[in-house]
Amino acid sequence: METETRYDPPRVELPVLDTLWFQVSGTLCNLACHHCLVSASPTNRTHDHLSLETVGRYLEEARELGVREFYFTGGEPFLNPEMEAILKATLALGPATVLTNGLLLTRERCRRLRALADASEYSLDLRVSLDGWDAESNDPIRGEGSFVRVLRGVENLVAVGINPVLTVTEVCREVAADEGKQRFFEMLRGIGIDKPRLKVLPVFQIGAEVERGGAYADWQRLRPGDDGGGGWDHLQCSSCRMVTSRGVWVCPILVNEPAGKMGETLTDTLVSFPLGHQACWTCHVQGASCKT
Amino acid sequence: MSFPDHSGKATWGNRIVELDDFAAAASQAGRRLDEAQRRGERDRWLRPIEDATEVEGPFEHIVVFGGVYSNHHALRALLDAAHSADAVYCLGDLGGFGPHPEKIHSLLVEHDVRVIQGNYEQSLSTGAEDCNCGYTDPRDNHFAELSYRYTDEHCSAAFKRWMGTLPERRRVRIGERELLLIHGSPRRVNEFLFESTSAVSFLETMLDREHCDGLIGTHTGLHWHRRLPSGRDVINAGVIGRPANDGNTHVWYTTIEARKGSAALDVRQRPLEYDHLALAQEMRDEELPPEFIETILTGWWTTCLEVLPARERSRSKY
Repeated sequence: METETRYDPPRVELPVLDTLWFQVSGTLCNLACHHCLVSASPTNRTHDHLSLETVGRYLEEARELGVREFYFTGGEPFLNPEMEAILKATLALGPATVLTNGLLLTRERCRRLRALADASEYSLDLRVSLDGWDAESNDPIRGEGSFVRVLRGVENLVAVGINPVLTVTEVCREVAADEGKQRFFEMLRGIGIDKPRLKVLPVFQIGAEVERGGAYADWQRLRPGDDGGGGWDHLQCSSCRMVTSRGVWVCPILVNEPAGKMGETLTDTLVSFPLGHQACWTCHVQGASCKT
Repeated sequence: MSFPDHSGKATWGNRIVELDDFAAAASQAGRRLDEAQRRGERDRWLRPIEDATEVEGPFEHIVVFGGVYSNHHALRALLDAAHSADAVYCLGDLGGFGPHPEKIHSLLVEHDVRVIQGNYEQSLSTGAEDCNCGYTDPRDNHFAELSYRYTDEHCSAAFKRWMGTLPERRRVRIGERELLLIHGSPRRVNEFLFESTSAVSFLETMLDREHCDGLIGTHTGLHWHRRLPSGRDVINAGVIGRPANDGNTHVWYTTIEARKGSAALDVRQRPLEYDHLALAQEMRDEELPPEFIETILTGWWTTCLEVLPARERSRSKY
């Protein structure tokens, strides 16, 4: 791995496989956020789009193994030309959540998403990323003009009766405190969301973030003998796997590390994983889970 | 907006490398099992879980409910409604939210209710610091703490000891079917199994591994029932402690009966009226949070909303 471990790190078992992630648009994105943990950009093909056919193959395997729920991320998922067909196939099988930057949420697309949600017995959840409560705080991270465009996407969702979860990273330092959260809630109420939903994520000091905020310090890693404080069940990798165009990976974070790849099929990956990357330290210490 | 140019490149950790180099490293990483090995792995993954829980019954007709939340008015109404059942099951979460938790104890014992331990009983009987309800939102946790502290202070040591003796699961035979009774899920006492976030194949696999013909839980506060393609039932029995976040003041419980000439069970989810005005008055007298009293009087939840999935939240007032 990039950050080479000098000892045998503790290992996380996989007692259940509840959550299957798809990096459905690879590392391709219509933004290039300065804190992006996979350095996604319009030209980054470290991982590429997943086709409907590929997703379908993994969905079938997930059905056999009893997976509970499905998440889609990228890059920007709606750059994938088959995204809505993929969602339709997924929602026939289980609940789905899409992590989007909101830029491609046009009125027409939101109407179609609403129709997909109504046709399923399962929840379709949308998670929209922001990193500030106004252009001044958000745009230096996510790009010039992005705040206004994201908000337009959120408003289009709200107009069709979809209430998204706003996802904010702790790059926005104030959001860690209750007053910061309150400010987001007020901003959301201001655009007509009467039941605001918010998820706060820690910052992973990998990918583009290394240049913006700096890399991990050497001591920020899990040690041999660490037991997670009575097990590692609080880590998402104890119940998830991530599919990309290059196979199946341990989690949504470590896809730019070949050591994070576990196999070609889900069945190949039903084994334990060494918590040797410094990002594993963040998930443990911050109690982070990418799930909603 | 200006973008970095990653054409022909890949991001490997913190470095920019040739795309082909990353692709080559990725293609060699991880396990690649052959078909026979994959079949072996799947069999291992899906193998049944051993469970020595004794099977109760057989019965023809049972009543099941969860989440009493100290609502002794609703519990009395439930016991009246259940008088003709062969057995009555309570799936845990006896305290929290409502007033005078001790009143529940004698009612359950006198009426031979078969009780399962919920996260509330686990926490109270072990002297834990919180209810372990599994919330993440600070506001939800604030209210959860208030009600846990009140319940902890108003439960006798004898009641708490009794909670500690309750089993975590039960099995019961109804007609030809064997049902597994748990609090949250068979895997974790405080796991939320909502209707809109539990895939059919996930539930079928869980029932296969637990080798049962049906599963009944509670914990979420919202009742539902799904008959799986295999003909087995997954049921959230509902809670009698507070309304189901639907604008009605009644609460919900479940009856399960064997049917003559059919293996399929007759599962019905039933509303239960009780004296909610008397409960609200007692909650005021005990100075419990006005937010809780509002829920009893309006049927809309004011707390614990953060855990609701998109579908269930969209039906919610708050």
